[in-house]
Amino acid sequence: MMDYGTLRGVIALLILALFIIIVIWSYNKKRKSTFDKAANSIFEEDRKKENNKQETNNNV
Amino acid sequence: MTQNDSSAVDYNYDVVRQFTVMTVIWGIVGTLLGVIIAAQLIWPALNFDTPWLTYSRLRPLHTNAVIFAFGTSALFATSYYVVQRTCKTSLFGGSLAAFTFWGWQLVIVLAIITLPLGYTSSKEYAELEWPIDILIAVVWVSYIIVFFGTLIKRKTSHIYVANWFFGGFILTVAVLHIGNSMVIPVSMLKSYSIYSGAIDAMMQWWYGHNAVGFLLTAGFLGMMYYFVPKQAERPIYSYRLSIVHFWALVSLYIWAGPHHLHYTALPDWAQSVGMVMSIVLFLPSWGGMINGIMTLSGAWHKLRYDPILRFLIVSLSFYGMSTFEGPMMAIKSVNALSHYTDWTIGHVHSGALGWVAMISIGAMYHLIPVLFNQGRMYSIKLINVHFWMHTAGVVLYIVAMWISGVMQGLMWRAVNTDGTLTYSFVESLTASYPFYIIRFLGGVLVVAGFILMAYNMFKTIYAEDNSLKRVEQA
Repeated sequence: MMDYGTLRGVIALLILALFIIIVIWSYNKKRKSTFDKAANSIFEEDRKKENNKQETNNNV
Repeated sequence: MTQNDSSAVDYNYDVVRQFTVMTVIWGIVGTLLGVIIAAQLIWPALNFDTPWLTYSRLRPLHTNAVIFAFGTSALFATSYYVVQRTCKTSLFGGSLAAFTFWGWQLVIVLAIITLPLGYTSSKEYAELEWPIDILIAVVWVSYIIVFFGTLIKRKTSHIYVANWFFGGFILTVAVLHIGNSMVIPVSMLKSYSIYSGAIDAMMQWWYGHNAVGFLLTAGFLGMMYYFVPKQAERPIYSYRLSIVHFWALVSLYIWAGPHHLHYTALPDWAQSVGMVMSIVLFLPSWGGMINGIMTLSGAWHKLRYDPILRFLIVSLSFYGMSTFEGPMMAIKSVNALSHYTDWTIGHVHSGALGWVAMISIGAMYHLIPVLFNQGRMYSIKLINVHFWMHTAGVVLYIVAMWISGVMQGLMWRAVNTDGTLTYSFVESLTASYPFYIIRFLGGVLVVAGFILMAYNMFKTIYAEDNSLKRVEQA
């Protein structure tokens, strides 16, 4: 059984690990196209009525 | 316009229109109240020896009006609009959305009646007495049902990032409001907190700072993530950064409250936790600001002719400025100088008038033509005039408060060689007078800008449908 102080230390490490996982997950190359699609999704309805001139943001 | 698009979903825009119009109206009321109390600090006779008009009663009315009437109406309007458009479905819950509108307006009217009469729980930003608190909770739970119900019945696979911020804000505010409002009523209009002493103070600032963190920050970031890309006609700079931004922001903000209680009866360790967490909070805040501003990369020229985009981008600059200032003021030794002075008031207003108001104003100018079947606002020129009036007003306000605040802090701590205080309190007050006048002038500019906005809005609403054509820029 660990004491309260150790428990808090472990929780801090878990949260740090969780954060790193979120960063790795979101910056994974595999997800780039999904996220590009999501980022552009807010323009879809405009695209329907006029041929849209949105550029992709290529710098990220 | 989506209305002309036969394939479009039948969105519920009624509630969005109602909240949009009320945002502008409450914007005038809230900032006008601010100007009145700013004038009272210069000319105390302006309370006309009437209890209802005293600073002590109008000040909470001002803060409630700008945060809960103006700011929260803007959040209702934009979140209902964005969640429908990005989920490609109408609002969930039928007339429950209309209930949130009328219920929320009733809360505001009750605040306008009870606060000047002196009914208050005396908890900052949570002054309303318990029957009104219950009404707020009921409206807010309805808001949760409408918003998350709409997310659940969405026609898209992905939940766009703006909705994450809106969702985080809506859920957390429910927890904060219900947690902090736990009271034992002794009569219809009087109650006592179930918490006592330092715990009550900690609960209050856990609520108070997260009202800033979730209502005034996360909610408006949701607005930012939709309206900045929309107005700039470019996707958000980095969608992946927005995900990291969201999780980092929501997990850190909740710990920052104790920085409101430095050098008080709150245990030292809690003060230090609050300080450290506030400093770390700088990172997600600036991550979000950079994400918003960099959305314009490659399209900076649009700022030359689009005053709406100017509102949105300058709001992000103020956001960056106040989220740098905030962590700095949370450092205990800085706080020893800044706390209880006008510096705090300046900081709050660079966040509230600079960030919150400007992003909302920009979003409203984007929204009004869409909601009322127009291609643009009645007058782009007036938007530009509003932009400069508001910007000048905010700059006058915060610069005056910075100077006044630092001066007060220095005067209060100055001691003579024999250990006595160099200045009496009233001497620091007299020294602040010129800055109170500058602040008042800044406030007048902000109110005048809002009145201009209302004029522009009603001209747009009453113009014949589709008579205002979009201006195409080369």
